[in-house]
Amino acid sequence: MRERKFLSGNHAVAYAVKYIQPEVIAAYPITPQSSIVEKISQFVANREVDADFIRVESEHAALSACYGAACAGCRVFTATSSQGLAYMAEMLPYVSGSRFPMVMPVVNRSMAAPWTIWGDQQDAISQRDTGWIQLFVENAQEAFDTCLQAYRLAEDPAVLTPVMVNLDGFVLSHTEELVDLPAPEEVQAFLPPYQAKYAVDFTNPTTFCFGATPEVFAEYKYHQQAAMEAARQKITDLAVEFEQLFGRNHGGLIKEYSCEDADYILVTLGSFTGTARTAAQKLRAMGKKVGVLKVRSFRPFPAHEVARVLANTKAFGVLDRNYSYGNEGALFTEIKASLYDCAVRPPGLNFIGGLGGRDIRLDEFEAMFTKLEQAAGEPGTVKAVNFIGLR
Amino acid sequence: MTVALPSAPHLPNPNRPITTGSWRTFRPVLDHEKCNLCLLCWVYCADGAMKRSEEAVMVDLEFCKGCGICAKECHKDAIDMVEEG
Repeated sequence: MRERKFLSGNHAVAYAVKYIQPEVIAAYPITPQSSIVEKISQFVANREVDADFIRVESEHAALSACYGAACAGCRVFTATSSQGLAYMAEMLPYVSGSRFPMVMPVVNRSMAAPWTIWGDQQDAISQRDTGWIQLFVENAQEAFDTCLQAYRLAEDPAVLTPVMVNLDGFVLSHTEELVDLPAPEEVQAFLPPYQAKYAVDFTNPTTFCFGATPEVFAEYKYHQQAAMEAARQKITDLAVEFEQLFGRNHGGLIKEYSCEDADYILVTLGSFTGTARTAAQKLRAMGKKVGVLKVRSFRPFPAHEVARVLANTKAFGVLDRNYSYGNEGALFTEIKASLYDCAVRPPGLNFIGGLGGRDIRLDEFEAMFTKLEQAAGEPGTVKAVNFIGLR
Repeated sequence: MTVALPSAPHLPNPNRPITTGSWRTFRPVLDHEKCNLCLLCWVYCADGAMKRSEEAVMVDLEFCKGCGICAKECHKDAIDMVEEG
């Protein structure tokens, strides 16, 4: 039976785990992730989730324990944030390189120093090249739905790549909204039990993660990239299949809002998409042709889709809740590169905001669109990087 | 490379796609006349490159790195380390 619950983004993830039924969960608490695994440990204690819950001494150990359990053929789960993700950094490419299909929600939080527990996306963006698929969600419902999709994606034989499901700390993790929960049997049909392709089998011994020489290393990296390419189509297909079964579509690689005829489009990643959309709605009512493009998949990066949407704009903006020091916002770099093959490249502006938990108000989004109007017709990207509301 | 590699770095045993024989500078050459099949070389070989049978000890040159431990441990001086040509 379907039901509707009032859930925080973190509890929406925990409820998703109840449907997913991993066999091993290993996690270490860190704000703002903690309430995910707190809730799951309650489910495990109540036998609502039939998993071994391993309480480990660090995030490095959490992901290592998941790695071991994945070797044993188990469906596994962990979650983390910020410094915890950084502490896992050594194990991230181990998991992706070993092609173990795990799913890890990352509740996005700034990286110290200065020390803070508040949110931005510097943690996940800093782990961009670890070989994990990186999806970003904008609300609790999407967090729930994307966790289900992420397991299907990760476990697909052509993909076999771990997935980070990114949800913004506090904005999503600690606010509550109504979340539609499917009937368990519906999820069982969508996400069948996990059959590991590579698993410990005492009758057929296997050497796991052998030491590769220069003669074979590159081939495995090539396979990883091929899997990322396969993931592109799979992410898009899963969004369609999910909508057919559950009636919701949060987008595949991207999600457009009033982009078809838009002269000015703002590109977003994560929870600020909602505010951007409200600003666009308001400006549309005033006759301004504006739109919002949500990037849902940061890896694999939807370059072709982005180019299709942005090619005919008069100017585009990119909101980054991260900074690639010495350059610009990481998403801005990628969006610009996507447009390289366009005959005429529209001017682009980079907006840096929402760092360390700073809010971005509706009027600040409206101001971004005003700046885009002013940038139209300007050659190239004049003073491309703009810190929003800098004191 | 003589075997097709799977897309993940996990291989069924026994597997031989990663061999270490090419690392060798000196090759152990066994004098079967001197060898008394005591198997000390088999015990000490760090790479499992010594193969034993009822009749003789053999060196698996696909894996032997030429470290010379076998020659050092052999009580009968039955193993010479000969520079690879």
